[in-house]
Amino acid sequence: MTKTATETLSVVVERDVPFPPEKIWRALTQPHLIEEWLMKNDFKPVPGHRFDFRADWGSVDCRVLTVEPNRTLAYTWSAYGLESVVTWTLSATSTGTHLRMEQSGFLPDQQQAYQGAKYGWQKFFANLEAVLARID
Amino acid sequence: MPNSHEVLFRTLADPTRRAIFERVCREGEQTVRALTADAGVSQPAVSKHLAVLKRAGLVLDRHEGRQTHYRAQPGALAPLLDWTRQMAGFWQSRFDHLEDLLKRMDQ
Repeated sequence: MTKTATETLSVVVERDVPFPPEKIWRALTQPHLIEEWLMKNDFKPVPGHRFDFRADWGSVDCRVLTVEPNRTLAYTWSAYGLESVVTWTLSATSTGTHLRMEQSGFLPDQQQAYQGAKYGWQKFFANLEAVLARID
Repeated sequence: MPNSHEVLFRTLADPTRRAIFERVCREGEQTVRALTADAGVSQPAVSKHLAVLKRAGLVLDRHEGRQTHYRAQPGALAPLLDWTRQMAGFWQSRFDHLEDLLKRMDQ
């Protein structure tokens, strides 16, 4: 197993966007705007709120975790047997906003503590990596 | 997104099962009896976990006399690596849509 294996269940996409955080925040949190770039949804920017994203290929069950206006938004993202957390981070720059999305996945039995769960996956893959390095 | 991810996620979600799989990976081919000695659960329970691992393609069995030996098939984890690639592609395209929307939105 290669080095990437320990990072297997984390996806990061970052981009500098020429718009202020306030505007991006609206696109991330207003249902009719979210629908235009992501999926149909019944999102509300309220921690604990349960909602789903719906597409022709299926739906994603979500729960809002963190709402810090114009800065951080996090929700769980549960689909295809994997519970994950999607975290949006907005940082103002001189030209607009640095927008970062991280999706971290973990196994269904480890939902209780997000950090602990993330560690669980990484530990699992780290262990396997060490083991598999010795196999053929 | 094919359901091979889902099978793997569900198969490895059980900590006992995951521990058995890790052990077979770590120590090579093992009998059910040897795995039971360390698993902290009964032999029928271990056999059941091994059957689930086998269905997911994560282990292969080999019968020898009255013993069944299991060995790991780590290549079966490949869909988990694909998951990352697929999700990265998904989010990249959503970022494109988001930027298009931001251009259209009123200030």
